[in-house]
Amino acid sequence: MSLLRTEGLSKVFGGVHAVQALEFAIEPGAVYSIIGPNGAGKTTLLNLLTGIYRPSAGRIWFDERELTGLATHQFAAAGIGRTFQNLQIFFNMSALENVMTGRYLHERCGLAAALLRFPSLARAERSCRAEARELLCAVGLEQYADAASESMPYGALKRLEIARALAARPRLLLLDEPAAGLNATETQEIVRLIERLAARGLTVVLVEHNMRLVMGVSDRVLVLDYGHKLAEGDADSVRRDARVIEAYLGAEARNA
Amino acid sequence: MSAQLLQYLLAGLTVGAIYALVALGFSIIYNASQVINFAQGEFVMIGGMATASLIGTGLPLPLAAPLAIVATTLVGLALAKFAVERARGAPVVTLIIITIGASILLRGLASLVWDKNIHPLPPFSGDRPIAIGGATLLPQSLWVLGVTLVVVAALWWFFNRTLHGKAMLATSHNRLAAQLVGVSVRRVLLVAFGLSAALGALAGILVAPITFTSWDVGVMLGLKGFAAAILGGLGSGPGAVVGGLLLGLIEALSAGYVSSAYKDVIAFGIMLTVLVLMPGGLLGRRSAERV
Amino acid sequence: MSPRIRTARTGGMLALAAVIALLPLALVNNYFYDVAILVGLNAIVCVGLNLLIGYAGQISLGHAGFFGLGAYGSAILTARYGWPPLAALAAATAGVALLAYLVGRPILRLKGHYLAMATLGLGVIISIVAANEDRYTGGPDGMSVPPLALFGHALTGEKIWYAIVGGLLLAVVWLTLNLIESPRGRALRALHGSEVAAEVIGIDSVRQKALVFVLSAVFAALAGALTAHYSGFITPGQVTFLHSIELVTMVVFGGMASTFGAVVGAAVLTTLPQLLAVLKDYEMVVYGAVMMLTMIFIPRGLVPTLAARFARKDPR
Repeated sequence: MSLLRTEGLSKVFGGVHAVQALEFAIEPGAVYSIIGPNGAGKTTLLNLLTGIYRPSAGRIWFDERELTGLATHQFAAAGIGRTFQNLQIFFNMSALENVMTGRYLHERCGLAAALLRFPSLARAERSCRAEARELLCAVGLEQYADAASESMPYGALKRLEIARALAARPRLLLLDEPAAGLNATETQEIVRLIERLAARGLTVVLVEHNMRLVMGVSDRVLVLDYGHKLAEGDADSVRRDARVIEAYLGAEARNA
Repeated sequence: MSAQLLQYLLAGLTVGAIYALVALGFSIIYNASQVINFAQGEFVMIGGMATASLIGTGLPLPLAAPLAIVATTLVGLALAKFAVERARGAPVVTLIIITIGASILLRGLASLVWDKNIHPLPPFSGDRPIAIGGATLLPQSLWVLGVTLVVVAALWWFFNRTLHGKAMLATSHNRLAAQLVGVSVRRVLLVAFGLSAALGALAGILVAPITFTSWDVGVMLGLKGFAAAILGGLGSGPGAVVGGLLLGLIEALSAGYVSSAYKDVIAFGIMLTVLVLMPGGLLGRRSAERV
Repeated sequence: MSPRIRTARTGGMLALAAVIALLPLALVNNYFYDVAILVGLNAIVCVGLNLLIGYAGQISLGHAGFFGLGAYGSAILTARYGWPPLAALAAATAGVALLAYLVGRPILRLKGHYLAMATLGLGVIISIVAANEDRYTGGPDGMSVPPLALFGHALTGEKIWYAIVGGLLLAVVWLTLNLIESPRGRALRALHGSEVAAEVIGIDSVRQKALVFVLSAVFAALAGALTAHYSGFITPGQVTFLHSIELVTMVVFGGMASTFGAVVGAAVLTTLPQLLAVLKDYEMVVYGAVMMLTMIFIPRGLVPTLAARFARKDPR
C-alpha cells in the first residue's frame, strides 16, 4: 500500500501547464527521486505535494487519506515535511531555535499556558531544546547550536533546513535540491545523511540535478519533462530509457 | 435618467478624476520602487497651496500653476533622494513609516510656511454653472475631466511608446533584469517620484477652485487616492484610473442617496471588501511567490 | 530558555518595576503624574502592537480604532446604560476581542501594503462612526465618562491611577514576555522569518496572526477604556489615523521585536510632545522628522540598536 499517491495531478498557471495529468505512487521506506530538465515542473510538483499550490485538477492521497485542497499546514500535520530550493531559514532565530520551531506540531501549547507560563511548559521547553540539540548533532551541526542562523555558511544552512524538517517527525520528507550549491565533500555528507534517514525507515523524496547522487541513492526515479511523466522505474532502467536520454541530451545522443 | 442621478454621476466623475490622478501617482512610484508613498496626498496639497500663495503675491494663474508644479516636483525629488533611496531594501514597514513621516513633516512645514486657513483658488474659466440635462456642472469640472484625460493619454503614450517609459515598466517587472540591460534604477526612482509629485500637484491645482485648499487637505485625498489605487490594482495604470473613477462615483452616490457623513465609510468599506475578496484589486496582477 | 536570555528578561522586569516604583519621587506635581500615566497607557498599547508588528511581522495602521472602541464602549455602557464601570470595561474589551477576531481572519490573509491599507481603512471607519453617531458617542465634541469605581468607591486621583496603570503595565509586559518565549512565540517569529516555511512545519499562519491581532487589539481596548475613565471624557480626536500612526511610530522607534523597546518608545514619544508644547507649532515637523530619521538611521529601533552596540563591546 503506497504512502503517497496522485491521480491526474495538474497545475496550470495562466497558459502554462506546469504539471500535467501526473500519476505516480511512492512506497513507504523508499528513496524516490524526481528528475528532469529545468522547467520540467519538479518544484511545482513539490509545492503541490505540500499544499503550497492547490491543484488545478487531480487528487492526492497520503496514507489513503485524501489531502487534495487542504491548506499547507494541514499537509504538514498529516506527516509531510520538506526543505526548499531557495533557503527558507528563519533568519531571525538561532540555529537551535529554528529546529525547536520545527517541533511545533508536537508541542501542544495553549494560549493561557503560554501567557501565564505554566510549569508544564518549562518542562516541555527543556525537552524540546534537548531534542533539537540531538537533531543538530544528527545532521552534523553541533557546533552551530547557539549560533545566529544568519552567520552560518550555506552548506550548514542546507543541513539546518533538513534538521528543522525532521523535528516535525514527518513520515515523508521532500528535499528540494538538497545538494545545490554544495561542493563534493558536502554533497557526500548529504548522501550519507539521506542513507541514514532511509535506513531508519523515513520515506524520502528527492528533487535533484546531480545525476550521480540520484542514481547512487534512489530506489525509484521519476523523470519529468514539461510537466509530464516521461519515465518511472528503478535507477538503472531509467538511465537507459531512450526517451530520457533524448530529453536530456538530444536525439543524437540517443542514436549515438 | 433623473436629473439628480446625473448630478451625482457628474460630481462623482469629477472627484473620481482627481482620485485617479493621485492613484496614478501611487502606482507609478510603486512600480518603480515597491514603495507606497504615503506623502502623495501632500504633493496635492503643496500644488494647491503654492499656487494660491503665488497668486496672492500677484502672479497670474498661468504662471503660478507651473511654478507650483515645479516646486512640488523638487519636493518629490528631494524625498526620493534623501529618504527613500537611503532606505533601499528595507522591509515594508520601514518604508511605510518613512513616507508617513515625510507626509507629517510636509504637513507641519506647510502649516508654518503658510498657515492653517482655507484658501480658495480662482476657477480657470469662470464659475457660471453649465446646465446639462437638468443637472449643473461647473466649468472647472470640465477642466478637471479634460486635463485628466489628456494626462492619462500622455502617460499611456509615455509608458508604452517611449524607451524611457518602457524602461520604467521593466524595473517594476524585474529590477535585476532591467539593471542588467542598462537601466539605471536610481534614475527610475527619481523620475517616478518627480512625475508623481507633478501629477499630485496638478490634481491639487485642478480641484482647489472647487473644494478649496488648506494645509491638511492632503490627508484624505492621499488616503482616497491610495484606496483607489488598491481598488483598481496596485501598480496598474488602467487600474488606477478605473479605481479612481469608481471610488469617486461610489462616494458621490453614497453622499447623495445614503448620507453625506458616511460616504467615506461606504467608500472605505467597499475597498476593504474588494481587498479581502480580490487582494490583487480589480485589474491587478496575480503574483505567485516563488519558493 | 538560554541563561543569557533569562538574565536579560529578569533584569528588564526588575528594572521596569524599579522605575515604576521609584518614579513618583521625581513626579513633583499632578501634571507630571498625568504624563506618567499617559506614558503607561500608551506603553500598554505599544507592547501589544509590538507583538503584531515586531514579532509577527504584520502591520496595523488602525490600532487607534481598537483603542477608541474600548474607550467608547466602556464610556457608553457606563454613561448611557448605567453599567458598573468594571463590568463595562470587561465587556468593551471582550467585544473588541470578538470584533478583532472576526475582522482579523479575512484581513490577515493580506500582506504588506494591502494589509496596511485594510487596517487603515478599518481605523478610519471607526473614527468616522465615532464622530457621527451623536446619540451614542456625543459626536465630534465627545462625551464625558464616569470614573472607574471599585465596590462603589470612585477611583480618582493621580496617585491611585499611577498605581493601577503601573501595575497593569508590569502585568502586560510579563504576559507578553511569557508568550514570546513559548512555542507560540517561536511560531510568531517563524511567521515573520518565512511564512511559507512556517506553514510547512504545520503552523496555521492565518490563525496565529489572527490571535496576535486579537491580543494586541485587547491591549489597545483596555488602554482605551482606562484612558476614558481616567480622563473623564473621550473625543473622536483620540481615534484618528494620526493617533494610529503615533502608536506605530512609538513601536518602531523604541524597537521592533523588543517588548522593553516598545515601553521605551512610548515613554520617549509621549513625553516629547509635552516638552515641545512650548514649540507647539513645530510639533508635527519634529514628529515627522523623528519618524524619518529613525527609520533611515536606526531602522531596528532604539533599544535593539543600543543593545547591539553594548553586545559588541562585550568581550564575552
